[in-house]
Amino acid sequence: MLDGYEMTVGLEIHVQLDTDTKIFCGCKNEFGAEPNHHTCPICLGLPGTLPVLNEKAVEYIVKAGLALNCEINTFSKFDRKNYFYADLPKAYQISQFDLPFCEDGHVMIQLEDETEMKIGITRIHLEEDAGKLNHAGEGIASSDSSLVDYNRVGTPLIEIVSEPDIHSPEQAIAYLKKIKSILEYIGVSDCDMSQGSMRADVNISVAPTGSDELGTRTELKNMNSFKAIEKALKYEPKRQIKVLESGGEIIQGTLTWDDEAGKTIPMRSKEEAHDYRYFPEPDLVPVIVEQEWVDGIEDSLPELPDARQKRYVEELGIPEYDAMVITADREMADFFEAVVKEHNDAKAISNWIMGDFSRLLNEESITIAEVKFKPADLAQMLKLMDEGTISSKIAKTVFEEMFATGKNPDTIVEEKGLKQISDTSELEKIIDQVIADNQSALEDYRGGNKNVFGFFIGQTMKATRGKANPGMVNKILKEKLEG
Amino acid sequence: MKINKETVEKVAHLARLEVSEDEKELFAHQLSDILDHAEKLNELDTEDIAPTAHALPIQNVFRKDEVRASLDREAVLANAPQKDEGMFKVPQIVD
Amino acid sequence: MELYQLTAHQLHEKLVNKEVTAREITESIYNRIEAVEKDVKAYITLTKEDALKQADKVDEKIANGEEIAPLAGIPIAIKDNMSTEGVKTTCASQILHNYKPPYDATVIKKLVAEDYIMVGKTNMDEFAMGSSTENSGFSKTANPWDLTRVPGGSSGGSAAAVAAGEAIISLGSDTGGSIRQPAAFCGVVGLKPTYGLVSRYGLVAFASSLDQIGPFSKDITDCAIALNYIAGHDEFDSTSANREVPDYTASLNQDIAGMKIGVPSEYFGDGIDQEVKDAVWAAIKKLEELGAEYEEVSLPHTDYALSAYYLIAPAEASSNLARYDGVRYGLRSEEAKGLVEMYKNTRQEGFGDEVKRRIMLGTYALSSGYYDAYYKKAQKVRTLVKQDFDKAFEKYDVLISPTTPTTSFKAGAKKDPLEMYLSDICTIPINLAGIPALSMPCGLDSNGLPIGLQIMGNHFGEEKILQVAHAFEQATDFHKKQASL
Repeated sequence: MLDGYEMTVGLEIHVQLDTDTKIFCGCKNEFGAEPNHHTCPICLGLPGTLPVLNEKAVEYIVKAGLALNCEINTFSKFDRKNYFYADLPKAYQISQFDLPFCEDGHVMIQLEDETEMKIGITRIHLEEDAGKLNHAGEGIASSDSSLVDYNRVGTPLIEIVSEPDIHSPEQAIAYLKKIKSILEYIGVSDCDMSQGSMRADVNISVAPTGSDELGTRTELKNMNSFKAIEKALKYEPKRQIKVLESGGEIIQGTLTWDDEAGKTIPMRSKEEAHDYRYFPEPDLVPVIVEQEWVDGIEDSLPELPDARQKRYVEELGIPEYDAMVITADREMADFFEAVVKEHNDAKAISNWIMGDFSRLLNEESITIAEVKFKPADLAQMLKLMDEGTISSKIAKTVFEEMFATGKNPDTIVEEKGLKQISDTSELEKIIDQVIADNQSALEDYRGGNKNVFGFFIGQTMKATRGKANPGMVNKILKEKLEG
Repeated sequence: MKINKETVEKVAHLARLEVSEDEKELFAHQLSDILDHAEKLNELDTEDIAPTAHALPIQNVFRKDEVRASLDREAVLANAPQKDEGMFKVPQIVD
Repeated sequence: MELYQLTAHQLHEKLVNKEVTAREITESIYNRIEAVEKDVKAYITLTKEDALKQADKVDEKIANGEEIAPLAGIPIAIKDNMSTEGVKTTCASQILHNYKPPYDATVIKKLVAEDYIMVGKTNMDEFAMGSSTENSGFSKTANPWDLTRVPGGSSGGSAAAVAAGEAIISLGSDTGGSIRQPAAFCGVVGLKPTYGLVSRYGLVAFASSLDQIGPFSKDITDCAIALNYIAGHDEFDSTSANREVPDYTASLNQDIAGMKIGVPSEYFGDGIDQEVKDAVWAAIKKLEELGAEYEEVSLPHTDYALSAYYLIAPAEASSNLARYDGVRYGLRSEEAKGLVEMYKNTRQEGFGDEVKRRIMLGTYALSSGYYDAYYKKAQKVRTLVKQDFDKAFEKYDVLISPTTPTTSFKAGAKKDPLEMYLSDICTIPINLAGIPALSMPCGLDSNGLPIGLQIMGNHFGEEKILQVAHAFEQATDFHKKQASL
């Protein structure tokens, strides 16, 4: 791909935790409120106010750390990261510098060629989110003023820092998706990238293949779509290589991704040396995470995607790929399992879920939670197929109707008269008529053109509006045509 | 002198302080004096001494994840030098 | 005696006995302010209208036969770095010249619950940085004992207000001596409680790990009463100690026979005036007469405390004061193109020289490449200073020293910052260790200026401090001397 070079990607993923209140005050942690409605003296950083740590935020980061195979530090503390910006009311962000809650974790990712890969996680720390700037006019550069909304200030945020193990856009996306999947599973965040509850800073560098040292890196901040990240990861290494090949030097710095132009552009602001002057936050006390607490949280963890995937393959016998796709989304996997409880053909269930179900979800762009029918309905539909009440072809119609209306399959079959015709005498009558109506085709058949058999099947199905039992039609037609 | 004018300029920028030429000279001088005095600390061997960030050994202070009333927006914005559309107005961010 | 000259416990008795009304007391205070404030300049903001309304409410309660709290109807002055809802809280800084907070500090809430009467907000060194109240962004406060001299600082306004009869009690804050040093200079009682005993919520931060609120009063009994009402755990302050608060007045009037007093020799060095040393030694002898035992002790790291403090406090301050950026409240420079210029101009116009100097110093001490050499080193030395005290308190109930090296100095006398910093050498180690210490008058020097006696206790050792202080007070007359203004 990158001739003679290897790219290395570092991801710092920021995830907002789904607590009821902010990290250091009792204001609501809620997206989409009127500007500055969820603010108080504490999150506005008014003179004299002090932070008090939300216990739930600690529970959630420990939960995330355990799910991402991290070591949980017994002794953690908070530090101040000092910098000025209009969205930061105290002019420092309460974060963690040298003693984060979680360190040294990893996730396994699966690539398209079915290989598995381990991506290391350096650390996960807890911090507070900043506010939001709204720019009048065309954008940050052209407007002569900005408006600041502090609703988001103090939203609990975890930052997940990856090891330099990622070397391709595919790996990066698989890693991001895996992190998203796991965090959704354990219920600490909705990871909604469109609302900014999951976003990533992406570091990119290239170096000659086989080199021990990493190249100079550039950084893309606050990326909030997989597509944009993928495109940027395809573009930026090539740009860097071009610079290097022409004898130039990569300038370490922050870039922005221009999605329309499909390229990275250097930030226009004056690049200045960052000196965050971290020091221990005197207004907060250290956190001792006792083993007992960790154990309790560990016990509360649900079965995670990897374990579930393994179980689906080993115990339910569905293909590895299907298991991966289904388990990537907890709601999807929960739905699948609910159907499996009611019906024993896991493979058939996974086919439906991977096929028509996913297609319709996509087409209507709705989530599993919004689906109108119940898992039991799908099981019932499969039962109707097993019993021969409906054919697989009719099942498609029933399924679409279930999806559209939420009616149960029995009702649909009843109302629409979709019951399969499996009565021999009734079928013989219909087939006799079909043959009588198509004498020349019959002659062709009997003359040796066996291909017209399909034509007769089609005609029979047409006459029964698809309700004829295909196996029986096959059998009866054969007998009758052979004469 | 420990601190020269260039250092004063750099530190002043970090602290977002505008300093005049006269102040640069004065600060360079005064800060150097204070830091010279701080040299005294180097008489002490602190290799094995843990730093003290808090005077009391308090730990694990939490609040429950329970919603408290936020401030009325009128009060939020009451002290704002400039405001618009329920938000704080600030000058152009990129110069 | 005029009402403004009395103590809170005397006034409380008169209120309960219906000898006076809260309105009369409050009016007496404002009449006194009318008479002397032009010379003393203790206040930044006066809240007379609300004060009289509040006084009438207390009088109504008394008239209705309701029981009133010991501080009900008592005029109290508040240092202008404590957040008061709807009342300007400026920290004596131009950068907050118009800031009206939407919330009350925890100590204010507690006093409001007691029906106290707020006289007004007192002058101070800007953001509590200074030892003379000359660094105020508004005016300089004078020492009621000698108007050409400073009241000390940074809580100079609060100390002067009590000394001049412009308040019965006042609250100050102490980061490196800002209660005790002005108490000593103004001849009143001032207590810096144990770090964590009084909530810091609503105290505008200077150096968060050192700041503590405490009372000024005319005598030890009032000090104990005030402490009773401001001490206690606060769920809004993570560094607040979660422990039972005793009744501090219960430790008064207790015999001090057999108590062990340590006298740290490092606090009696060359930099301390002979008159001050003599007065403090006389006080120690007095306590010995009362049955206490004393012994000289060494706190070997005392000499390093000042340097450690002047790295730690500015470092924390540089971060605490970064929020004054002209965006949400306070001053905003009008002439600025762009955000960065607005920041710089606002902070240039809004902060005074001392504040800028400390922000610069603190920023430097935390900056990349210097953190270990300065900030971290200072924190390690802080550990050593603390260990000195830990060791001493294994053996002694209290330690006694001068509060200040000298009595009050002339306004404008200390031009060099470092020279000014050196006036805090006796008070700073206490803040680094987080222990409590009280300053009380123990004599007058040849210029007729008050001398302060400092009594230090172990963490949460306020009761022992008050016990010793009260015994000394009852055996002497120093607390009865008032500034003749």
